[in-house]
Amino acid sequence: MESQRLLDSQEQASAADPRDARVEARNDDSAGAAARPELELLAVDKTFQTRQGSTEALSDINLSVDRGEFISLLGRSGCGKTTLLRILAGLIAPTEGEVRVGDRSLWHGANRDSEALSKFGLVFQDPNLFPWFSIEDNIALPLKLRGVAKKARRARAEELCDLLGLSGFERSYPRELSGGMRQRAAIARALSYDPRILLMDEPFGALDAMTRDKMNLELQSISITTGATVVFVTHSITEAVFLADRVVLLSPRPGRIRSVVPVTFERPRALESESDSSFQEVVRTLRHELDEEGV
Amino acid sequence: MDTRDRFMKLLPWISTPVMLALSLGVWTFLVRVVGVSEFILPAPRAVAESLGALLIDPEIWGHVRITLTEVLAGFAIALLLGVVGGAVLGRLPWLEVAVRPALVAAQVIPKVALIPLFVIWFGFGITSKVVVACILAFFPILLNVLLGVRSVDRGYRDVMRGLGASRWATFRDLELPSTLPHVFAGMEVAIVFSVIGAIVGEYLGGNEGLGYLVVVSLNALDSSKLFAVILLLATMGSVLFFAINGVKRFVIPWHESVTGRDIG
Ligand SMILES: Nc1ncnc2c1ncn2[C@@H]1O[C@H](COP(=O)(O)OP(=O)(O)OP(=O)(O)O)[C@@H](O)[C@H]1O
Ligand SMILES: [Mg+2]
Repeated sequence: MESQRLLDSQEQASAADPRDARVEARNDDSAGAAARPELELLAVDKTFQTRQGSTEALSDINLSVDRGEFISLLGRSGCGKTTLLRILAGLIAPTEGEVRVGDRSLWHGANRDSEALSKFGLVFQDPNLFPWFSIEDNIALPLKLRGVAKKARRARAEELCDLLGLSGFERSYPRELSGGMRQRAAIARALSYDPRILLMDEPFGALDAMTRDKMNLELQSISITTGATVVFVTHSITEAVFLADRVVLLSPRPGRIRSVVPVTFERPRALESESDSSFQEVVRTLRHELDEEGV
Repeated sequence: MDTRDRFMKLLPWISTPVMLALSLGVWTFLVRVVGVSEFILPAPRAVAESLGALLIDPEIWGHVRITLTEVLAGFAIALLLGVVGGAVLGRLPWLEVAVRPALVAAQVIPKVALIPLFVIWFGFGITSKVVVACILAFFPILLNVLLGVRSVDRGYRDVMRGLGASRWATFRDLELPSTLPHVFAGMEVAIVFSVIGAIVGEYLGGNEGLGYLVVVSLNALDSSKLFAVILLLATMGSVLFFAINGVKRFVIPWHESVTGRDIG
């Protein structure tokens, strides 16, 4: 039913000028002095020290993400996507440069800004659900850490299970769920405290194509209803284009931003739009850029 | 699939009595038909009678209590030291590197060979047996806890770190639950070891406990009583093991070793 609705609006959209009203509104916004970017990377470098020597994983990354914007981070394996996301999330510190969240710096020396941290919702490539907690307790873990009372936690977990199609599995353990359901539970956990910023590292990488399509639709509607800013790592070009307002293309060794490609189709988008010629055009551009890197 | 699962669950309840009956049959066969001497292998009936006599004798419970005390005291001390030691070594890699040679040496030494030393140091009383039980139980617990503390999943750590979890919350919701299965794995081995430690300790010195009773029966060449005491010891060992197993099922019902997926 949901997808039918999405489909209808998409058909209207593709008939009209594909330029999205939402994107334009945002552009106007950022042209004015009012809006600060929600997330900023300023001249970020990351070098890993290993036994073999040092690896420069990221070099001179400058990126600013507006509030409510959906960014796809695209690139080959090993080009530094995960590293970039972990730096954004404050899981690792950049070697050089600065990470800013709103008007605050993420790092103060070796400590992280707790107010900035509290805006993040993280989804990893693996669901990383704790096997000792039920699905409900897993989803509500962030709330527990924030001292929310048990009853309220349970209510919120139930609500999220409804939203993500996990109803009836609240009391199950993670091992009793399928891979796709686990990944949805992981997303529910990230959403539990209404994070302003969602950081996702190939969350659907392990899913089959059909489930993945369905999850992409769900993620789109979540990002629309919550208005959260999303940074989404993937190495699927179609997925990147389908979801994003802007696709950021990384090139490897060291990881640099090669190009930033805006995607301006109206939202909500339907899966069918992936076969539109304008959509295919964007995909082709990106594929061409990736190929140019050579092997 | 479902009926197969249920069958797998029922299977031990069928196979165990069958195996018991089978070994009893072989035993009877050896005594009756093959004619193994009464002294080497007393008839099941003689053993049952000895066991009956033993259980009626009020003195036996004193011996049981002594052995049980030694086992439990040794085990409890080992558990405390092992968990604390394992947690500390797990947190401080440099300390682990420093004590590793000593740990390996202590592992490799046949500790049972040291029992006479403990008898010299701690006397013929209960203390030397507690010490032996404790030392045997200590290493499996220490090593398992160390492994547990080390093997907290990196991905899970990222979840907690990404949420800005406090030190205490990280311990409560991540480190403790992920280490507990290792603690229990260590405890299951350790309880068996501490029973061994206490019995061998009693073999070598003192005048009380079930191990002492074994020696007395041996000296009296009373093999049916010897068998009866061994049966008692076996029962005690099993009860202790299953007690720990039961606690484990209660504390970590979510773990694979409890849900039984790993057995299949
Ligand atoms: N903890 C680390 N220590 C040393 N080197 C690292 C570490 N993490 C990443 N690297 C290196 O940094 C580079 C980028 O790794 P990263 O995991 O960010 O790639 P990725 O784009 O996420 O790849 P994939 O698509 O395969 O997940 C790689 O060359 C990798 O070897
Ligand atoms: Mg990666």
